Amino acid sequence: MIKSLAAIVLIALSTATTLVASSASADEGPEMNNFAAPIDRHDVASLQRGAKLFVNYCLGCHSAQHMRYNRMVSDLGLTDKAIVENLILRGGLERDGSYSRDKVGETMKSTLDRADAKSIFGVVPPDLSVEARVRGVDWLYAYLRGFYRDEKTATGWNNLVFPNVSMPHVLWEMSGPNKLVVKEFDSPELARGALLQTHVVGTLEAVHSSAEASGAHGKQATKYLLRYVEPERPGTMSLQAYDTAVTDLVNFLDYIAEPAKNERIQLGIKVLIFLGILFVFAYWAKREFWKDVH
Amino acid sequence: MSKLLTWIDDRFPLTKMWEEQWGKYAAPKNFNFWYYFGSLAAFVLVIQIVSGIFLTMNYKPDAAKAFESVEYIMRDVPWGWLIRYIHSTGASAFFIVVYLHMFRGVMYGSHRKPRELIWIFGVLIYLSLMGEAFMGYLLPWGQMSYWGAQVIINLFAAIPVIGPDLAVLIRGDYVISDVTLNRFFAFHVIALPLVLIGLVAAHLTALHEVGSSNPDGVEVKKQPKDPRTGLPLDAIYSHPYYTIKDLVGVIFFLFIFSIVVFFMPEMGGYFLEANNFIPADSLKTPAHIAPVWYFTPYYSILRAVPPMFDSQFPGVAAMGLSVMAFFFLPWLDRGKVKSIRYRGWWFKGMLALFVVSFLVLGWLGTKPTDALGKIGEVECATLLARIFTVLYFLWFVLMPWYTKRDRTRPEPERVTG
Repeated sequence: MIKSLAAIVLIALSTATTLVASSASADEGPEMNNFAAPIDRHDVASLQRGAKLFVNYCLGCHSAQHMRYNRMVSDLGLTDKAIVENLILRGGLERDGSYSRDKVGETMKSTLDRADAKSIFGVVPPDLSVEARVRGVDWLYAYLRGFYRDEKTATGWNNLVFPNVSMPHVLWEMSGPNKLVVKEFDSPELARGALLQTHVVGTLEAVHSSAEASGAHGKQATKYLLRYVEPERPGTMSLQAYDTAVTDLVNFLDYIAEPAKNERIQLGIKVLIFLGILFVFAYWAKREFWKDVH
Repeated sequence: MSKLLTWIDDRFPLTKMWEEQWGKYAAPKNFNFWYYFGSLAAFVLVIQIVSGIFLTMNYKPDAAKAFESVEYIMRDVPWGWLIRYIHSTGASAFFIVVYLHMFRGVMYGSHRKPRELIWIFGVLIYLSLMGEAFMGYLLPWGQMSYWGAQVIINLFAAIPVIGPDLAVLIRGDYVISDVTLNRFFAFHVIALPLVLIGLVAAHLTALHEVGSSNPDGVEVKKQPKDPRTGLPLDAIYSHPYYTIKDLVGVIFFLFIFSIVVFFMPEMGGYFLEANNFIPADSLKTPAHIAPVWYFTPYYSILRAVPPMFDSQFPGVAAMGLSVMAFFFLPWLDRGKVKSIRYRGWWFKGMLALFVVSFLVLGWLGTKPTDALGKIGEVECATLLARIFTVLYFLWFVLMPWYTKRDRTRPEPERVTG
């Protein structure tokens, strides 16, 4: 009987896994050499550098309206004073007409008015509180390294990961302006090999030319387009230093998306140890109680 | 203490109720692994009610504040993140446990005479649970909350004649809005939980009236009583035997549950979807809308049925039927024995096929219909969904036939361990 049950489960599982496996290859869209963002949520120094970049370069247009400044006191080892002096750039007029900075217990609001943002960019820049949970850190890491010069867009910038995005490359001074390089390959192996060798973000797309375009043979010709960004001029930072800066920023975005993450994982280990011990005792008690059941 | 108990028992049948429902309830001694899921379902219901109460203290059912209040719970409310993850994981855990519990019932014939009403109460619990989960999913007011609800409510609009009015009645508005959020909140936190608790009470009362089935399909209540214990030969008291056994099950469940809550609360986007971290926007439709995993088998069936006579209704009807069909199981099943242990290959094969269909449909439901590419003009995913929808329904439709002609072996007099 156990056998037939096992058979049912086995059939079900194998069908499911075969289908899942076959679906992975059918994924649409260009292939990307997506580097895993090398972030470390325990690296407080990196998070602090990320916070600095975030308030200086992101908070001008974006907000993180669910994230309180003073949460960084307990999580990032900062003091109220340090936050007020270094990280709070926004303020407003009081009732008596005097100007005051935002308080340390407030959330990270944008300095740009929402209506102004809409008229400038055509779209209100999204709140970034939980952006890392929407996009994922790897995507953000690629996105922030995927900008290139493009004369055809309104901002003069375009992005390999997010084509025709309204956001300009705000970190361009650090990275230097990049240009887009497009290379054409006949074989997917060569193209993939070249993609893997690109240092920065690259995408690979199979382009099928129509039957008419490829002549009277009626056979479809497939070209493989490799796109990647390449430094045009050096910025204030080396390529490696820029990648590290982006890592810090993504690390910070990941942190503000779920500030309790470290606490969650630490507590989880304790809970599992507790439950494991409890299980042993409960199991032992069960065996004792069931001794007289035959 | 015993004086107090006597005092209460003289005025309220406390001891009597305890003994009837659990303390002196004679349960078969041969419950196996599959019999944990009943008590686990009750346990998850308690988890959801308790964590839900605490969430309600800080959640705001207001279209302008709902998303924000969830993030407030995640950040500013002490232990708020834990309570929220327990509740969101609990929703999925509830369905996992209930699906396994239902599978157990089908496998060992727990739906068969004289337990038809237990089964029907169970299916009603399952339906209420679907409603509870659906309404609860709107509350975080993310993009998937909003558009998922939009898709489901539009299904009601496809019902001929009354459909459009019915959809407005459900929404309380012409689009999903603050009004919808408020009424879903009311249903989620008070109306449906009351219904659920009532149905669970009915489910258990009916069970303890007729007695539990078991993996051998032996009716222990009909057995002669052991003169020494006064219990049927193959029965033991629920307390302490199943109290301690179910406790082991609960702790094991909590271990697995905690792995999800503490280490993978999103469960790869199946328990918490990435798109639901974007606040609801009635002007921006997400490229791909999929319901949460526990509804996807039915969603697949909905998409598999092509529109007919310019109407989406056939798909909606098929989806409704695919859930409602469970009600008829006690009468569709004509097998001579209850348990899969003594059934023939027809039953086993068809059940295996049904499980595979359910899983494949569930998996397809999470994907867009063009996910597997095309053969000519036909989408592979749609074709697969159609095949497995047919297989899904064949399990029900052919059941009277194949359960009757199946070659069964006689059930034993005594349980086999």
